[in-house]
Amino acid sequence: MSASRLLRDHRVVFAGVGVPLLASVLAKRRQAPDLTIVLEGGIIGPSMLAGKLPISTNEMRAARHAAMLTPIADVFLLAQRGFLHYGFLGAAQIDVHGNINTSFIGPAARPRVRLPGTGGANDIASLCNEVLIVTTHEPRRFVERVDFVTSPGHLAGGDAREKAGLISGGPSTVVTDLALLDFEPESRRMRLRALQPGVGVDDVRARTGFELLVHPELDELQPPDDEELRILRELEGSAAGVD
Amino acid sequence: MVGAPTRRLREELGGKLRPVADKLAPVDAAMRLVGDGDHLAIGGTLYSRTPMALLFELLRQGRTGLVLSRPLTCYEAELFLAAGAATGIVTSWVGIGLPWGISRVVRELVEDGRATYEEWSHLALGLRYKAGAMGVPFLPTFTMLGSDLVRLVDTHELTCPFTGEKVLLVPALNPDVALVHVQRADRFGNAQIDGYTHMDADMAAAARTVIVSAEEVVEPERIIERPDATILPHFLVDAVVEAPMGAYPHECYGRYEADFAHFGEYVDAIRRDGGGAVSAYLDRHVHRQPDFAGFLASFGEARLEGQRARARELMAL
Repeated sequence: MSASRLLRDHRVVFAGVGVPLLASVLAKRRQAPDLTIVLEGGIIGPSMLAGKLPISTNEMRAARHAAMLTPIADVFLLAQRGFLHYGFLGAAQIDVHGNINTSFIGPAARPRVRLPGTGGANDIASLCNEVLIVTTHEPRRFVERVDFVTSPGHLAGGDAREKAGLISGGPSTVVTDLALLDFEPESRRMRLRALQPGVGVDDVRARTGFELLVHPELDELQPPDDEELRILRELEGSAAGVD
Repeated sequence: MVGAPTRRLREELGGKLRPVADKLAPVDAAMRLVGDGDHLAIGGTLYSRTPMALLFELLRQGRTGLVLSRPLTCYEAELFLAAGAATGIVTSWVGIGLPWGISRVVRELVEDGRATYEEWSHLALGLRYKAGAMGVPFLPTFTMLGSDLVRLVDTHELTCPFTGEKVLLVPALNPDVALVHVQRADRFGNAQIDGYTHMDADMAAAARTVIVSAEEVVEPERIIERPDATILPHFLVDAVVEAPMGAYPHECYGRYEADFAHFGEYVDAIRRDGGGAVSAYLDRHVHRQPDFAGFLASFGEARLEGQRARARELMAL
């Protein structure tokens, strides 16, 4: 809900499936009716059915009423050119500089856990103008340094991202069930910016695996209103499970 | 060095006539164009337009030592790796989808060092096929820069001689064989795709050998009615296999939806019985069936018609 409110009208969002897509569809039904959703299957401007949100970005439910279908590389090249205002991702493991790991836990040569891999997440994180991340706030997810940088955030912090040759700004915001976080402009360390209703700073610290900066003017996020909840329930429908 | 020199790739094509001639082939004959140890690019992506009829025939014939590449890889990779038909995969992602969890079979094989998983970003893999299709040895990009992915695969950083910016070069990928499933093709190999085309055009143009399976084989007159839908001209194609519902249990855009219940049954069996469930799946659905038509028939017409009906609903405006 909090993530959905960040999306502004007439922008173009490159959304991953799951919560990012749900939040994007919700934004279209609220403050951003002319937000254009782009999916890595090469799908531009789809209008998905409530209760039939797709599981994959490469399936008929995802392509419903799309304005354009492209080959996969082409849609990422639109992002490389600079047309995609937001990249919207989830994160299995995220670190203090917003780097995301969806590849390995443990050494790459003999991983302890082989995760599914980047898919388009590395490209979205590398190429979209601004990256929004939404995930669950757990200590095992919020680590000082990820085991492996699948999707680049601010890398080692400071100007490391720019020095690596990346041409876009990287993650601006992380939204969780506890808080909204941004990145301190100099160090590019994650910083607590606003709390979800009823959550305290210590609650967030307790579930963050690194030392958390706190913005001097900490805000509180608005709870979801009745209309947001109603739309969300309608959208989720059977998509939460497998129909 | 990963690639094959461009001149040699061109000479191979020059020495190989793919004429305007009847290329219709039974699936078993077509699949004998795939050799042990080949790099096999699989068209479609995840559970969309997977050339399942062709893949099942390869498994039936017992190929070994294959390396598979695909933009996003679904459970067909598990079947090949578990059967010993493939030794590794080149892809950006493996799984079926969030509701079915992480692929336990790929995890076990990769974590034990029994299979390789060469991971590229989705775009980087697309650019590798595209470079192969363009007849150039690499393409520059800004993706993957700064990530750890570049440490594990063969890429090269270069300072752009025009602007001074840092770019990443990704090498061309020219598969030995590409398998592509399409909605319709004529007997010469002119092939048409409806809906999203994924990376199929590039992987086919990059490949040394291309085998097309088609929901319907149509007269050439039908192809020229919609030339904009043609994704492969005949001179890219070595063989055409007629395969109605040839991507099932995956989807074929506009024709039938993926059979999510079948994915559930497959994953439940693995959760219950571990990797042995894959052998049981192969036994039941591949080896004990006379052919792909037999596999389809085992589900019953009502179930298949249900998949087609859901596609019609989604296509309705």
